[in-house]
Amino acid sequence: MSTTQIDLETAVKQAKDRLDEHTYNTVQRHFHDSTGCPFWLSKKSDLSFDPLTEVKVYDDLKKFPLFEDDWLRGGPVERWRMKDHAERPTYVFETGGTTGVPKSRVVVDDFRIDYEVFSETLPDQYFPKGGNWLMLGPSGPRRLRLAVEHLAQVRGGISFCIDLDPRWVVKLIKKGWMEHLEEYKKHCIDQAVTVLTANHNIKCMFGTPKLIESLCLGLEERGTTLAETGITGIFSGGTEFTPQWTRYCVEELFGGPPEESGIYMTPTYGNTLMGLACSKPVTAEEKYKISYYAPQPRAVTEVVSFDDHNSVVRFGETGRVKLTTLTDEFFVPGFLERDEGEREMPFETFPWDGVSGVRPFHEIAAATTVGVY
Amino acid sequence: MLEIPAIRWGKPYESLETTEVVHFNTGEPIARVSSANGGLVSRDMRKAGEARKILKQFSIEDLIAKVAQAADLFENETLPLGSGTQTAEEFVVHQSASTGLPEHMCRSNMQKNSFVMRNMTEILQCLTRGLDLNILSRGYGMESRGVVVSLQAQTPVLGAVLPSNSPGVHTLWLPVVPLQMGLVLKPGSSEPWTAYRVASAFEKAGIPKEVISLYPGGHDVGGALLTACSRSMIFGSQKTIDQYAGNPKVQVHGPGFSKIFLGDDCVDDWEKYLDVMVESVYINGGRSCINCSGIFASRHTDEIADAIAQRLGPIEALPPEHPDSGLAAFTTDGVGKAILAMVQQDLKEDGVRDATEPYGDRLVEKERCSYIRPIVAHANSPQCEIASKEFMFPFVSVVRCPQNQMIKAAGSTLVGTAITEDLDWIDQLTDATNIDRLNIGPIPTNRLNWLQPHEGNLIDFLFRSRAYQMPEEKVAALVAG
Repeated sequence: MSTTQIDLETAVKQAKDRLDEHTYNTVQRHFHDSTGCPFWLSKKSDLSFDPLTEVKVYDDLKKFPLFEDDWLRGGPVERWRMKDHAERPTYVFETGGTTGVPKSRVVVDDFRIDYEVFSETLPDQYFPKGGNWLMLGPSGPRRLRLAVEHLAQVRGGISFCIDLDPRWVVKLIKKGWMEHLEEYKKHCIDQAVTVLTANHNIKCMFGTPKLIESLCLGLEERGTTLAETGITGIFSGGTEFTPQWTRYCVEELFGGPPEESGIYMTPTYGNTLMGLACSKPVTAEEKYKISYYAPQPRAVTEVVSFDDHNSVVRFGETGRVKLTTLTDEFFVPGFLERDEGEREMPFETFPWDGVSGVRPFHEIAAATTVGVY
Repeated sequence: MLEIPAIRWGKPYESLETTEVVHFNTGEPIARVSSANGGLVSRDMRKAGEARKILKQFSIEDLIAKVAQAADLFENETLPLGSGTQTAEEFVVHQSASTGLPEHMCRSNMQKNSFVMRNMTEILQCLTRGLDLNILSRGYGMESRGVVVSLQAQTPVLGAVLPSNSPGVHTLWLPVVPLQMGLVLKPGSSEPWTAYRVASAFEKAGIPKEVISLYPGGHDVGGALLTACSRSMIFGSQKTIDQYAGNPKVQVHGPGFSKIFLGDDCVDDWEKYLDVMVESVYINGGRSCINCSGIFASRHTDEIADAIAQRLGPIEALPPEHPDSGLAAFTTDGVGKAILAMVQQDLKEDGVRDATEPYGDRLVEKERCSYIRPIVAHANSPQCEIASKEFMFPFVSVVRCPQNQMIKAAGSTLVGTAITEDLDWIDQLTDATNIDRLNIGPIPTNRLNWLQPHEGNLIDFLFRSRAYQMPEEKVAALVAG
């Protein structure tokens, strides 16, 4: 066994110990009468076990039933507020909601902490400290706008934003109003180009894959390129982030890998329920394979069997993505994402399980409108 | 297994995403096809103007000759296909294996395509109604009656989102290259064969490969193609038709709801027209938009339905290579069963009768596919739901309807065959805007005369007639030139 292997094994063990300890502390906090939120404190009586005494390590979370995201719909939203956060300024962020009641998550500090953790993973060479940012993604009741703004601020920059209403975009698609969709996209891109070409020292940006593509094409139409606007670092996310799309983006829209084009893009995976899962660097040598690693111990992603949601599949095998969130203000013990993928090995930077090839779960893919903005 | 790349203006592009084309009966993979992504299409379309520039270096006459040469290559020769080659016979076998269409029908569709390529002069004569083709190339010219005419190209390329299950539709886009416009095609997921083989035959016949792009892929590719091309066609369901209705950039081809109308003056002799009716319903596995899905008559409808049922009801599902195989397989799991359930729902309505009921079960389920045997329904009135339905197998409703209500009750009709000699009624049929192609007399709905325009004349779609004024001396020079 090589030294590297031993080091990795040690790192995996240490990460596991840290996760177990973090799980214990988080469960204690969420189920203790002095700190827990009304939702989990009332749920405690429905459980067949006592979380305070019977959850000692991460694996003990399997005793909980799967988390149902419908629990997040409707009010009163205060039932999710931790008792010791009652006096703290509180945000509510929404997900879904094109039709019906959206899912809500109450947040005090989590979005800031999540993006500070994520900031640590960004290479300064391409995401320079002090550089300004452009936020080209969904705004309104989403967390993303404030989160990216905080990320920019943490890194010493200022974030420029545009408005984007993804619920209207979904409606346009469902109505088949594709011309309106194109016009709305153009409207967003026009604003982004205006900001980028207005001498604001913007070096970094968040963009959804479709908007990055449209932005690059929009800039080309105006006789310039993304690199010429000064952008060097991009972070992005979404299930349409496929290896082929990434290759197309890097090779054709950016003009080559970072060392040639000067533009580095990092895919991310996440949603309002968790922080940001980062990706292993994506390279042509690995055929632009995208592997995500959750920000353990605050969030855990597992690839579980389609039939048994408490069993992880073997490395390289396909399964459903299961998410667990363990923060001081939010507890999600095992939520089945609407995605599937392959289980990936731990490596030095992230010594825990990853997931690659993320795509909509095959059983619900046909009925889902994804990648809408 | 064949590896088939996307083609970007003639250059192969191997994608990191691929889909397998499999044999519908055995599940055996036949080809692995590269999937493009929508962005590639949008980006490549910036160079669409080049395709027309390249083609304008050839005269239309030259291009017609090359396409005629391509017809022979397409029909007979071994041509390059991705990582390998494909003989003409392999083409037939591959197409049948992936679409479920019997081999003899694939062969017949192949001949139909090569016929159009071989007779391009006549086809263009028909589409342009005899216009000097140089006018299309130059954009203006002198009509035979001595008037300056201008037809302005509206696009440098035609885009097309092609279907998976109807290999007969390709004749619609074949005249595009001779009109000096490039082709941007999204081949159907189960039927990449025709688009690739035509491209290969064109190249071998001397048409520059840089004028054709082929983008297999998902819905995003189709969407990007329709957005990026100034003119494109798409083949789909009624939903697709509704979605693109009124969009001048998109020509939609969907269900045809083709019909036969028996006039009161001829209906008593209905037995004389039984062959016409049976052929119209049954040919090509009932899969075409030009197959008849409704027969309207004011009387004898029960007897007509029973007589057609007697001919079509006993037809069995035969293997695709069988020369008498007349039914196409549904190659997607559960589709046959689902379609039959829809028909059965309509058959339950009061006033509707299944004339094929005495001929046994309609659904034939195999391990990896299913067939629906022909169904002939009788409807007491055009108000019955089934009277306005069309399905992808030999299906027809024989509808009792007074002659004076037939045109209105027929609704949208791609091909209408009216068997009548009643001149007043013929006038009304001629004026009926809900009927696209009109046949007067016992002509099967499927028998298209290629010298008549198909629905949505390609020339009207690709060119715009406009005013073009010149001083008289220039006109004279034009005439002399």
